Amino acid sequence: MRKVIIIGAGLSGLACAVTLAKAGRECLLISKQVSERAQSVLAEGGINAALDVMGENDDAALHFEDTMKGGCYLANEEAVRGLTENAPGIVRWLMGLGVPFNMENGRIVQRAFGGQKKRRTAFAKSSTGKMIMSALIDEARKYEAAGLITRKPNREFIRLITNGSECRGVLTADTRSGQCFEEHGVSVMCTGGMNGIFPGVTTGTTANSGDAAAMLYLQGVRFSNLEMIQYHPTTIAIAGKRCLVTEAARGEGGRLFINKGGQRYYFMEDRHPELGNLSPRDVVAREMFFVRRESEGEGVYLDMTGIDESVWLRRLPDLREEIKEQTGTDAKSEPIPVKEGIHYFMGGIDVDTRHRTSMKDLYAAGECTSIYHGANRLGGNSMLGAIYGGRTAAEDIIASYGVQDGQEEKESVHSLSEEYAAEADTGLIYRIRDILLSGLGIVRNESEIKKSIAELSLLKGERQYNLRERARIELADALLECALIRRESRGAHYREDYPKRDDERFGSMTYAQYENGRAIYGFKGRSEGEA
Amino acid sequence: MDLRGGVKVRLEILRRVNAQSEPYLQVIEYTPKSKNDTVAFALSEINKGGYRDESGAEVSRIMWEHSCLQKKCGACAMVINGTPGLACGARLSEINKNGVIRIEPLRKFPVTADLMVDRQVMLDNLLKLEAWLQTQVKINERQAELAYDASRCLQCGCCLEVCPNFYAGGEFYGMAAGVPAARLIAELAPDDGKALKRGYDKHIFEGCGKSLSCKSICPAGIETDRMLARSNAAAVWKRIFGRCQKQR
Ligand SMILES: Cc1cc2nc3c(=O)[nH]c(=O)nc-3n(C[C@H](O)[C@H](O)[C@H](O)COP(=O)(O)OP(=O)(O)OC[C@H]3O[C@@H](n4cnc5c(N)ncnc54)[C@H](O)[C@@H]3O)c2cc1C
Ligand code: SF4
Ligand code: SF4
Ligand code: FES
Repeated sequence: MRKVIIIGAGLSGLACAVTLAKAGRECLLISKQVSERAQSVLAEGGINAALDVMGENDDAALHFEDTMKGGCYLANEEAVRGLTENAPGIVRWLMGLGVPFNMENGRIVQRAFGGQKKRRTAFAKSSTGKMIMSALIDEARKYEAAGLITRKPNREFIRLITNGSECRGVLTADTRSGQCFEEHGVSVMCTGGMNGIFPGVTTGTTANSGDAAAMLYLQGVRFSNLEMIQYHPTTIAIAGKRCLVTEAARGEGGRLFINKGGQRYYFMEDRHPELGNLSPRDVVAREMFFVRRESEGEGVYLDMTGIDESVWLRRLPDLREEIKEQTGTDAKSEPIPVKEGIHYFMGGIDVDTRHRTSMKDLYAAGECTSIYHGANRLGGNSMLGAIYGGRTAAEDIIASYGVQDGQEEKESVHSLSEEYAAEADTGLIYRIRDILLSGLGIVRNESEIKKSIAELSLLKGERQYNLRERARIELADALLECALIRRESRGAHYREDYPKRDDERFGSMTYAQYENGRAIYGFKGRSEGEA
Repeated sequence: MDLRGGVKVRLEILRRVNAQSEPYLQVIEYTPKSKNDTVAFALSEINKGGYRDESGAEVSRIMWEHSCLQKKCGACAMVINGTPGLACGARLSEINKNGVIRIEPLRKFPVTADLMVDRQVMLDNLLKLEAWLQTQVKINERQAELAYDASRCLQCGCCLEVCPNFYAGGEFYGMAAGVPAARLIAELAPDDGKALKRGYDKHIFEGCGKSLSCKSICPAGIETDRMLARSNAAAVWKRIFGRCQKQR
């Protein structure tokens, strides 16, 4: 085996690399861009761990409960147990790496985040992801100098090298020269969420194009939970994307309202008194959709004018600047118009508690996977999931493979064949996006989903597609099919035609797998066709 | 000039097919969709296809690096109307001069294609500087405050572009190394990081002319002067940081 191959250098990839290196294992850290450009640097609000520093008697069991409940009991229970129990250790480790978390009187403090009854989110003002990434990048550099981590930025994942149902390694290409490389060994996918399937309308980065996920899908790797797409309630439109207004804005006292009969109607406080503005994201997003529909034409506003000057200064400084810069409004003195935007993919590559995929010798971690978040991810749990996931994959590799295991490392260089070099047509990418958006909105129903499936199938017959295009179309199809077969409402998946939750029939995650030119869909733990 | 959606701008883009080929200037007329359009947005729109240049030739895909589109990742640094900055932060309505915007790649790094450059030297310099913590640390609020500011560096390279003393491969590493190093120096345990401190003095502090061109250009708004203290003289370090702290 020698070198483990990691694709993606965000939080999950870095955590995996550092864990391997610490145990003396070598790895290649391959990514399209350097770590500083990874989506992880955008994370604002914080990372969850039951540190119990706020005098609220918090513990891992409560974190576990909130996570399972927020995810509407679809997440892997054993995995969430591991995640929440290890969270305090992870945050303390990050503190030891020098992450400048907010402190008061010499001790770390935590803030409230949606869907959680305790203040459990550790944060560094409103740039937590950037702070953690900077520290992890420096940590990885230490092992790079020791020869244990070899960074290969500017390399794009093209496809897996497989042998039947085994992964033998990866084919990657230099983004500048087009030269391609075959790397053989145990591989870990850390390629982030599939934002690029929805270009221009997510809060994420353009680098996460979705190509990697699509290719894995086409190559037969099993995916799960694909219908679960998180719409973040508070985003603002900026040139080319949606810009997130962190949930911390509500955690620190921001309130949502809509103008109704000349008055401000604080609908979350009225309709969801227990958690109010800090209800889970799916609940807030849906309520925004409904109040907007009820009061035709009116938009929803986020009112942060009640937040103290000192809180702005010490806990949300970057946010205030960013909003001002992007909208021209000082959120301290005026409410800002907000709308739901696609923010996170709970679904992705199906992994087990050790982060193994359905393909032998292939692991995956971070937002490209599906395991911890079920039907709705709680804010602050995904950075945690990415770090814990990367670490868990590394630990399993260390335990399962000897240093000399597997085949010789082989790097053969040639230039990328036309078949793999051809990019997906931009027009097509946007057409697929629009088809998906009409079927996979915040509120869904059978006829819209079926209409989208039919449109996609028409599109399939229109012309010959290149490999990347085919992969994208098949993955898009899987997203819709999974939304179709879940004939109930749960978390992020709300079906107007089936507004109730049905645990008996739909109490597990959907899966999708592409084999021999045919896609199979179903519910995990049940046999095919039972849906 | 107030430029709303609808008023055309002339984008003059310095292009080249690859590292070996000759650069050429391509002029494209672009009609902004709104007054918030940025250079990054215009480049994405043009890359959707269907644009022709001044001479009527179809515009091929323009290579440029991007990721966050919100000034947080440093990918899209380029020279815009002569000044280095982030394409996703440059609003057409604010920067256009008489309807013309000139877009070029950063000049201190090898160009790989069109507006894309290879900034590997920045990573190499940090590696040479031994920019890491050898041991786990326990920091206080003051250290956290300093570390926070220094950790915001985007590794965009704009500071190097304007620095009179930096050139790729030279002994002087510039603020793109100095700022991340400052985070570590602020946090180091007493007997850690001897090599880093030595390297900081040699490759950053001593070579810097303190002209502070880097401070005004930094798109993250990092006060580079605060990072510029002689690291092994704790007193100087504290005094400079202390004073800047109060000013904030
Ligand atoms: C605006 C915003 C705010 C957020 N705030 C929070 C928060 O407060 N708390 C929280 O817990 N979570 C938050 N999240 C979510 C969280 O940041 C991400 O889920 C998490 O950081 C993902 O880490 P990752 O390692 O899986 O992937 P990423 O950080 O996305 O990294 C993906 C890596 O894969 C590489 N890559 C992608 N495709 C390819 C390819 N084809 N070939 C080669 N390399 C490739 C990329 O270059 C990159 O290095 C936020 C997300 C956004 C967008
Ligand atoms: S102060 Fe001047 S010499 Fe020093 S790093 Fe900045 S631009 Fe370069
Ligand atoms: S100091 Fe500022 S200009 Fe220099 S690399 Fe960092 S973010 Fe860019
Ligand atoms: S694309 Fe990230 S800074 Fe411009």
